[in-house]
Amino acid sequence: MEVLEKKNEIQDNLLKNFEAKIDRGDAIEPRDKMPDAYRKHLIRQMSQHAHSEVIGMQPEGNWITRAPSLRARQILLAKIQDEGGHGLYLYSAAETLGISRREMIEQLHSGKAKYSNIFNYPALTWADIGAIGWLVDGAAIVNQVSLQRTSYGPYSRAMVRICKEESFHQRQGYEIMAKMMKGTKDQQEMARDAMNRWWWPSLMMFGPHDSESPHTGDAVKWKIKRSSNDELRQKFIDKTVQQAEVIGLTIPDKDLKWNEAKKCYDHGPINWEEFYRVISGNGPCNKQRMAHHVKVHNDGAWVREAAEAYRQKKEKKIFH
Amino acid sequence: MTQEQALYKYCLRMGDDALIHAYRLSEWCSNAPILEEDLALTNFALDMIGRAQAILDYAGKIDGKGKTSDDLAYRRKERDFYNHLIMELPNGDFAYTMARILFVSIFEYYFFSELSHSADTTLAAIAAKTVKEVKYHMAHATDWALRLGDGTDESNTRMQQAVDDLWAYTGELFETDDATAVLEDRNIAVDMGMIRAKWKTDVTRILTEAKLKIPADGYNQTGSGNGVHTEYLGHILSEMQYLQRAYPEAIW
Repeated sequence: MEVLEKKNEIQDNLLKNFEAKIDRGDAIEPRDKMPDAYRKHLIRQMSQHAHSEVIGMQPEGNWITRAPSLRARQILLAKIQDEGGHGLYLYSAAETLGISRREMIEQLHSGKAKYSNIFNYPALTWADIGAIGWLVDGAAIVNQVSLQRTSYGPYSRAMVRICKEESFHQRQGYEIMAKMMKGTKDQQEMARDAMNRWWWPSLMMFGPHDSESPHTGDAVKWKIKRSSNDELRQKFIDKTVQQAEVIGLTIPDKDLKWNEAKKCYDHGPINWEEFYRVISGNGPCNKQRMAHHVKVHNDGAWVREAAEAYRQKKEKKIFH
Repeated sequence: MTQEQALYKYCLRMGDDALIHAYRLSEWCSNAPILEEDLALTNFALDMIGRAQAILDYAGKIDGKGKTSDDLAYRRKERDFYNHLIMELPNGDFAYTMARILFVSIFEYYFFSELSHSADTTLAAIAAKTVKEVKYHMAHATDWALRLGDGTDESNTRMQQAVDDLWAYTGELFETDDATAVLEDRNIAVDMGMIRAKWKTDVTRILTEAKLKIPADGYNQTGSGNGVHTEYLGHILSEMQYLQRAYPEAIW
């Protein structure tokens, strides 16, 4: 019994030290002691974030070969390349927690790990590329800016770097929409249609209302999550309404109006039924996105095996 | 053929090579065997689009009809494209794509190294920049040729198949025509005979090190110098030019 008590005391002290560190605002680094639940939460969140970057390459990649000018193609390619790069940082950052990229990909394929729901919607016209950059990346930035202050050092540093690139993405998306709204009737129609289809799913990116969010408790206490879903969603709405007005786009929400008392916009009800339907696998592209990722991964297995075989042949092993 | 006509054609051939090869490489985005390769292949595509833009803009100036690189890329018909056939062939597997980058980048390395001494200062400047980029393409493709050739039995078989299949498209890279003859006389164009030998030496060395066989030289596919392409080019253009063709009044 005494041994057990001693062990428990050590555990309590470790937790106390950890929480004191968090309270002081110090970053937690990979070699620091951390509660299993903290590690688990971060692995879940960071791998989901990494997978989202990578799966997000698909809807935008759908338009690379059809981008309407050389400049548009360069910008889109560079942007998608950034997303892939973000995926890489985030996989690497998550690896510091003791999970490999290979395991994370296995979890994605088995359905244990998720990616952002927004990428289960299709990119149907060129204006969707504008809407994705402006609205989807715009929403992602709000979340990521907040995560720059997250308590896990490698995650927070990855976010600082990612945020710089994301703001460029949002500008490119906005530029596409602005150009289209200044263009022909067909272009304006395309832009409005994209706005109408992407607005609500973008709001859903922040997740359920605070009252319904299952992951909030410890994540807030341990400063993994620095702002609530509803706070972030509100920030996004408030900055986007004006941007839409400037280029002559209307936000498809008849209940949207300025609330003078709260100094922010009130919005209409979000269709949570759609949110849960898409999350549970019945969005327009869930099956397509996963099938694509699995196929590409499997098709590339022989290349990875060859690279590994070559490395083993050539690698010097003088010390073990 | 006047010098302007010859130079216009010469630029279209170089610009179209970059444009169409970039198109094929960009198709790898979100399709590569590892994320790092998604990024690498997209990077090469970006280099090539930049090159296409610079060269086609110059072609538009020489032509003197006010055409931009976008006009030339997005509003030209298939029979007016002059890229070499090898650029437009479908990507195939990763070995096929890497073998193409290897063959093309070695060619381009010697080609643009020579062109950087061209009497045409615009082309010389574009070429000097291109050489720097192409060195990376060449190094990357060489690394992969070694890994795949000397990796597993499967990768060796696939790489050998790719080398064998593409071989018949490499001869066309060194073809000359009336345009090159006019420009060579004025020290503008590259002497193709000289670079062909260097290309063969490098390719032989790399393939041998990668435990791959050098295919025997046989019939070489040709036609692009006259705008006669494979069936694949039309599909590339119908996809690439779709928005510009469907909405001719729109500015993007």
